[in-house]
Amino acid sequence: MNPDDRQPGRVRKAPENFLGAEFVRELGRDGVNAERRNFLRKSFLAAGAALAGAPLASALAASPGAGDPDILNLPPWSKMLGQPVAARPYGLPSGYEANLVRRQSPGLTSVPQASVSFAPLQGLFGIITPSGLHFERHHQGWVDVDPARHRLMINGLVKRPRVYTMDDLMRLPSVSRIHFLECGANTGMEWGNVAVPTVQYTHGMLSGSEFTGVLLSTLLEDAGFDRVKGKYILAEGADGSGMTRTIAMERALDDVMVAYGMNGEMLRPENGYPLRLVVPGVQGVSWVKWLRRIEVGDQPYGTKDETSHYVDLMPDGMLRQYTSIQEAKSVITSPSGGQVLLNKGFYNLTGLAWSGRGRIRKVDVSFDGGKNWRTARLENPVLPKALTRFNIDWVWDGSPAILQSRAVDETGYVQPTYAQLRAVRGTRSIYHNNAIQSWQVAASGDVANVQV
Amino acid sequence: MRALLLSMPVVLMLAVGLAFPAHAQFAGVGRDATDAEVKAWDIDVRPDFKGLPPGSGSVSAGEQLWTGKCASCHGDFGDDNHVFTPLVGNTTAEDIKTGRVAALKAGGSARTTFTKVNTVSTLWDYIHRAMPWDAPKSLSSDNVYAVLAYLLNLAEVVPADYVLSDRNIAEVQARMPNRNGMTRAHGLWEVNGKPDTQNQACMKDCQAEVKISSALPDYALNAHGNLADQNRTFGAVRGRVTDPKAAASKPAAAPANAVVTALLGARGCTGCHGMETKIIGPGFKEVAGKYQTRADVKAYLADKIAKGGSGVWGSAAMPPQAQLSKSELESIAAWLAAGAQP
Repeated sequence: MNPDDRQPGRVRKAPENFLGAEFVRELGRDGVNAERRNFLRKSFLAAGAALAGAPLASALAASPGAGDPDILNLPPWSKMLGQPVAARPYGLPSGYEANLVRRQSPGLTSVPQASVSFAPLQGLFGIITPSGLHFERHHQGWVDVDPARHRLMINGLVKRPRVYTMDDLMRLPSVSRIHFLECGANTGMEWGNVAVPTVQYTHGMLSGSEFTGVLLSTLLEDAGFDRVKGKYILAEGADGSGMTRTIAMERALDDVMVAYGMNGEMLRPENGYPLRLVVPGVQGVSWVKWLRRIEVGDQPYGTKDETSHYVDLMPDGMLRQYTSIQEAKSVITSPSGGQVLLNKGFYNLTGLAWSGRGRIRKVDVSFDGGKNWRTARLENPVLPKALTRFNIDWVWDGSPAILQSRAVDETGYVQPTYAQLRAVRGTRSIYHNNAIQSWQVAASGDVANVQV
Repeated sequence: MRALLLSMPVVLMLAVGLAFPAHAQFAGVGRDATDAEVKAWDIDVRPDFKGLPPGSGSVSAGEQLWTGKCASCHGDFGDDNHVFTPLVGNTTAEDIKTGRVAALKAGGSARTTFTKVNTVSTLWDYIHRAMPWDAPKSLSSDNVYAVLAYLLNLAEVVPADYVLSDRNIAEVQARMPNRNGMTRAHGLWEVNGKPDTQNQACMKDCQAEVKISSALPDYALNAHGNLADQNRTFGAVRGRVTDPKAAASKPAAAPANAVVTALLGARGCTGCHGMETKIIGPGFKEVAGKYQTRADVKAYLADKIAKGGSGVWGSAAMPPQAQLSKSELESIAAWLAAGAQP
């Protein structure tokens, strides 16, 4: 092995580097995880580490004698007076949930204000991401904007340039819609090879929320936009980065929203409080946060995040510009990379599917690396351009397996394999990696991120 | 009756029209923007230079601004990669002729800003709206022209005696190294764009053999920290213990430390200082280590932070930190003196 490859930390500084060829050969020779482990001992170790001294209570604990001590001896919470109402005026998760938080990927960026934190998909349920766990991507840090001083301006090819306060916007006809929000660079570190260990880092630039606000078409009509010459809009943020993105008018008039609400409350500052653009089905960078201005124009704007970043490099050296749509994609969130199965037997395998072109029609799951597939159950609701939760029964017989999921959307588009995606786009695109994800289950019960 | 029903909305509209402009569908909501307001906020510059304000700046003026405001992140020559990806490099005289950067096809080399950006308007707009990093929108138009002229000279697009202005910027556009390197011929832009992959939903015996092409080596499993600590401690699965040392429980951080570390983020300190190691300035732990034996360590550090300085840890200057109150200065200094514990 090249000594340079032995450095601690990430495999790739990412997203543009690759594992050395020699290193990949060594992997193939030695395998990833030959060591078989004792499930019970390890799961107790993990539990003990986190609970620090709490009794190792588990249905797994073989309880000799009369029975489980946690049944036979009442726990303290059954024999005490609980906390009063409003002890925590804004509620918090249980203290036992501290492991599931937004996390950074070490070495991905060198400046924390222009960085990413990933949502812990491995432990989340359903299709709504708790607002405090919504992934973050900031280009120049986040700000907490004073809503009383925030304004939205509409200008450009309009009859009347307009200004709205938050008072104004919250009086206008309101809509509430559930949509997914995925960064265009989600799974970007994996274009060339496996680079990160868990679904939090492979797919965690993904969240699902209910957004409340005003349709952009309402505001464009109020300003009297030019229906003939107005082909594009520019959306601009009020933060230091002044994020700007071009959106085609056809899309702007379709389902784009100017949102102030998220999951029943106001947007969180990290998500653009008090106002952000919602562009269903389109990569997150276009969902301009701290939205201050919409300009109507007759040509695209070629902004910094449309020329210097968020351009997809193809094998012929051309950069795809204005790549926007997040095509159908899915991932199994549990069991997933970095997790360990408790023992043989029954599991509910669960995951997420989504498409920027509409509803998910079906999700198939393979347990043998793509040779054979079974169709999963889709949980209601199945909404356009929203996360869709799938589940499927699985009895693990203790033998090695490779788990995959494959989404099909209502246009008939089928989520591609890595081989299919790379055949067209190579490995240097960074953005819009929607390939089928593989999780390898070892006989030990260890689950690992692999590519086939 | 029919006529009456039809006429009622007309009557209502007339009534509303007395108090609000005839166009206002949403009476009493929003107002027209003034010309001065639009001028203040409409700062974008388009590829056809719509929105570009008049002005000019020379390469040499840009060099001076660069040294003071830009070099600490981007390096003296715009090619530094310690904080951000390099701005300049990997373009050739041939690229300027063809408008296609050959290095993008060849691969392997770092993608600098100049290898990618096809429109010089973008660079003007970018610098104007978002730079410098910690003081965006603080440069005058002439300053932006000057900084951009210097960058263009570093990229060998313009000569050292060039004065960039709104009148000659179109000439520069014709020399941008990757001006012909962008395509919109793909399916991810138009609402009904055509996908470029065509997988089939095969269900049975879809392939004969499955071969693992890539996996994480064991030594990298802990690169993101102990995975057991990133999963629930109950439920269908556990997180894998990837750091054997993590089995011993860590003492909780003292709340006082958490207050200071939050302050470091809120006041912008973490933009330049890592917890452990250098970003632009030294890591907090490094500072703590260097001065821990000094008798007046707290007063010394409080004074250093307030006044700024350079030369102790390298050439990058730390500006005075006037945004910190006296008590904030003292808290940070005391935290450093106590070893900079996270």
